[in-house]
Amino acid sequence: MISHKTASSSGRSAKKSKRSGRRSPLATVSLIVVGLLTTGGAYALFTSTATADTNTASSTSQSQVNEGKKLFAANCATCHGMAASGSSAGPSLIGVGSAAVDFQVGTGRMPLAADGPQAEQKPVQFTNSQTQAMAAYIASLGTGPSEPASKYLKADGNAAKGAELFRINCAMCHNVAGAGGALTEGKFAPSLKGVSSKHIYEAMLTGPQNMPVFNDLNIKPQEKADIITYLKYLEKNPSPGGFQLGDLGPVSEGLFIWIFGLGAIVAVTVWLTARSN
Amino acid sequence: MGAAANYIDERTSISGLVKEVGRKIFPDHWSFMLGEVALYSFVVILLSGTFLTFFFQPSMAEVTYQGSYVPLKGIDMSAAMQSTLNISFDIRGGLLFRQIHHWAALLFIAAIGLHMLRIYFTGAFRKPRELNWFIGFVLFILALAEGFTGYSLPDDLLSGNGLRIIDGMVKGIPVIGVWISYLLFGGEFPGTAIVSRLYSLHIMLLPALLIAMLGAHLLLLVINKHTQWAGPGKTNDNVVGVPVMPVFAAKAGGFFFIVFGVIVLIASLFTINPIWNYGPYDPSPVSAGTQPDWYIGFADGALRLAPPHWEVVWGGYTVSFNILVPIVVLVGLLGTVAFYPFIEGWITGDKREHHILDRPRNAPTRTAVGAALMTLYAALWGAASSDLMATHFKLSIDQVIHVMQFLTVIGPFIAFWITKRVCLGLQKKDREIALHGHESGRIVRLPGGEYIEVHTPLTEYERWTLVSFNEYEPLMVRPNERGVVTPLERIRASISGFFFEDRISPVTKAEIEASHHESHGAIEEGSGGH
Amino acid sequence: MADHDDEAPATGSAVEKSEPQKISAGTAVIPTDPFENPGEPPHRLRITDKDPAEEKKAARQVSTLFFLSIIFSCLAVAAYIAFPIKEGDTGSIRLNNLFLGLGIALGLLSIGIGAVHWSKTLMPAQEITEMRHLTKGSDATRAKAAEVFELGNKESGFGRRSLIRNSLIGAMVAFVLPGVVIFRDLGPKVDPNVVLRHTLWKKGMHLTIDPTGTRIKASDVTLGSAFHVIPESLLKSDDLLEEKAKAAVLLMRLNPDDLHEPKGRENWQYNGIVAYSKICTHVGCPVALYEQQTHHLLCPCHQSTFDVTENCKVIFGPASRPLPQLPITVDADGYLVAQSDFHEPVGPSFWERDR
Repeated sequence: MISHKTASSSGRSAKKSKRSGRRSPLATVSLIVVGLLTTGGAYALFTSTATADTNTASSTSQSQVNEGKKLFAANCATCHGMAASGSSAGPSLIGVGSAAVDFQVGTGRMPLAADGPQAEQKPVQFTNSQTQAMAAYIASLGTGPSEPASKYLKADGNAAKGAELFRINCAMCHNVAGAGGALTEGKFAPSLKGVSSKHIYEAMLTGPQNMPVFNDLNIKPQEKADIITYLKYLEKNPSPGGFQLGDLGPVSEGLFIWIFGLGAIVAVTVWLTARSN
Repeated sequence: MGAAANYIDERTSISGLVKEVGRKIFPDHWSFMLGEVALYSFVVILLSGTFLTFFFQPSMAEVTYQGSYVPLKGIDMSAAMQSTLNISFDIRGGLLFRQIHHWAALLFIAAIGLHMLRIYFTGAFRKPRELNWFIGFVLFILALAEGFTGYSLPDDLLSGNGLRIIDGMVKGIPVIGVWISYLLFGGEFPGTAIVSRLYSLHIMLLPALLIAMLGAHLLLLVINKHTQWAGPGKTNDNVVGVPVMPVFAAKAGGFFFIVFGVIVLIASLFTINPIWNYGPYDPSPVSAGTQPDWYIGFADGALRLAPPHWEVVWGGYTVSFNILVPIVVLVGLLGTVAFYPFIEGWITGDKREHHILDRPRNAPTRTAVGAALMTLYAALWGAASSDLMATHFKLSIDQVIHVMQFLTVIGPFIAFWITKRVCLGLQKKDREIALHGHESGRIVRLPGGEYIEVHTPLTEYERWTLVSFNEYEPLMVRPNERGVVTPLERIRASISGFFFEDRISPVTKAEIEASHHESHGAIEEGSGGH
Repeated sequence: MADHDDEAPATGSAVEKSEPQKISAGTAVIPTDPFENPGEPPHRLRITDKDPAEEKKAARQVSTLFFLSIIFSCLAVAAYIAFPIKEGDTGSIRLNNLFLGLGIALGLLSIGIGAVHWSKTLMPAQEITEMRHLTKGSDATRAKAAEVFELGNKESGFGRRSLIRNSLIGAMVAFVLPGVVIFRDLGPKVDPNVVLRHTLWKKGMHLTIDPTGTRIKASDVTLGSAFHVIPESLLKSDDLLEEKAKAAVLLMRLNPDDLHEPKGRENWQYNGIVAYSKICTHVGCPVALYEQQTHHLLCPCHQSTFDVTENCKVIFGPASRPLPQLPITVDADGYLVAQSDFHEPVGPSFWERDR
């Protein structure tokens, strides 16, 4: 994450000039406010443009950070260390940003239940405000990607663009319909069905576990919104052809035709040739 | 005789054909209907496919999609993909017919597979039907080719990656591979020719061959007459069943509508090959779980199972054993299937005609060989879904592959051994039943304090089914007229030994009589005690 | 052929009833005292044979099914009209597909079930026996056929006039040749072995994001990132797909300490940013599943696994060779560019690859 910072600071000027046309002055103001509130002082200069869009400005306060610190000490410090600087059991969380916390805790992946190839999704352990508190605490330790602005989460972008980006950047692991797929040695890319827009966005932004990071310079915030639009389109519009058999492709189709198709027809042949009473 | 019938007969002499075929007898058994399922699915494929050709454009010309499916609007794709999307989204019933066509194709090949298994395990391929088995095998290969060419036509991401794999395999063929790929694709992969070329094959050449072979297959079926199961009244010289007119015609005709109806029912309820999810072919993206349709799975699985680094450079030339070895395994498997009847006929030297089917247990080695080949096929087939097994059973994909590699190599031997033991066990049980009757579950106590179970004797009809089967003994090598034992004869003798060394003979009349005396006495004693 | 059992009476076993001619039974065991075939078991009458009321009921059921079929077929036509496709509404297609399909399916099934029910309950159930005869023609027929051939041979002189025969065989072989040669132009004239070695990449070619074609600043590639990359000139190329099939690249940034670059290639990466061909060296699927913690690349088609830290050598699966690396650097403005083309052919192996 250290190189993340350096990389983004040097890339900042170019990005800003490219985007200035699209962004309202308010966003720039809020950017500065966010920077000041979350990290204070000099850190604001390093605020990555990759994480510029955020809605945490209004919700972060010192008391929240304090509550988050307590929760962290009680639930996370065993692995991540009292100062969140990591131990042999868990990585340092300094600079991972609030988006990572919201994703990992908000989807129930953290706290980790058991050692395995990768952290599994489980029932969420904390209330939303507790998660936000921990996110605020982690964000106060070092700058990192923060939670996305709600305007990117409305699923009202360009689904066609999103679908194309999804096929290029995501489908090889998550399958073209977002049904998930296998990785090496027991790891897997989870199904994206029913995952909230915010968590999808945060996953792209932070690259949880073995997922690569897709920062805002690789896939721009609006492009991320397009991807979310596409995934939500698939959820809202079930296949016109009927039941989807898990969207797993030819394997489930083959199993279906052998078991149910041919099975039904063999049953018919038995009836057909049985002696009538 | 109606005027119409008269009109036709005066111009075709069809009355002879009706007389000949009209009352032909077909034995009635569910397992004899499987080939019909394949035939009927094929008819459905022809009907639905013709409808699709009215709308499909076999062209790779680049167009920008402006159709009604929102998540593809404005995307560049081939005319083939666009027209397939239009069939799916803009033509009423178009999606239904696409799904009918594809589901029927899956059912077609599945039915062929099951039909072949039935023929194999009952020995229906024996003289005089060896040639028809081979024709059937050719039909199976043609069906696979039809399936693969059709699967590739929409030019979507999934089928494009399938072609990519074919291209990679072809390139791995020594000496000529690159050139074959070049000619096939009309230049570099993917080119702009492959869809229209596959289309020609898919709708003209392959169906023509298929129909010709199908004609030969059915003609031989009529000439050879159908086989039948052993049973009372059934001999090698007769065929017992229902006549074509009217009973079989009504059943088979009705069955066509049922098969058609089941396919349409599936097509109206279940999505197949949602190409709109896959998007147009592009060499850079790929989907997790990229698999071929089920019938090509065994070939894809074979490719997955090669261990790393099976490639050598000899004298500057690259030899890809990671592709050649799977190809050799596949060709070996299919070749064994294609020529099995000739191999078995050579081993037994039996030149008689066989019209009575073997129960699988009564040919233990054949059944076991079949089980071994099925296990090999199943392991290769399973390997093609190794990634889905890993995600769905929470396993490591590496472990799944290792298990499949083990099953591919060792599995057939295990299956052979188990199946043979099971067959011999069942044969022993049959012998017991033939000799002593069914276990009645009634226990009686003998005067000596001994308990025995009373057996109900078999009826004549039941016994006939159990005792009437073929038995072969291992071949003894003998010198020929010139007094020499040829090496070929030695090979034949050793395979014959492998086939027939362990065997259970059918019960003989003498044995039945002997056992009757014995058990009769025992029961009498038993009942005397009460 | 096993002639050891010639003396065995080829009268057939209990199953194989006697055949008039001597046909070798091979190694089959012929029982000496075969069982007698007991003949057909007695015929059992159906309820529709015995009870006229039942028969009437069955007849009613059959005709009801056929009438139902008419109704379902009409409903299918009605569904075609009643459920039109609305532009952009997949739900309307779903309804069209479902109800049209159900109408057709039920119409077909009713005919089928009706016909089968008819045959099972109302048509005669008594099985009939038909005799078989040997498949081969009778001796007289075979003699006649042989005679025809003989006569044909004699009258044409096919066997006798060897010059005619042999020249005809030669002609028959030769006439196929043009039919084979004519397929040469299925592929263009260029030698594929040359074409396969070159991609669009060359010195100074910018790396750009697939599909937008945006140039990539080295500083934008943060640690753990994966970029799907195409050469800048690709979008202007005439053979877009063919070139993309060779030039697609995956760009990743690792901690430079994790990379173990072989001698001579230390400068092919830039600050831990490495670019590898996306085309699998096995059979050519795109290898794009990058695990940012283990630094493994997995091919979703056949599960070949490559270790990015070890120059993408194969650590699992059927592939044999490492993925080819694209040497990269930055231009004066910090944008990533290629140092050269790949140094070896990308994609699946082929015969003359290492020539």
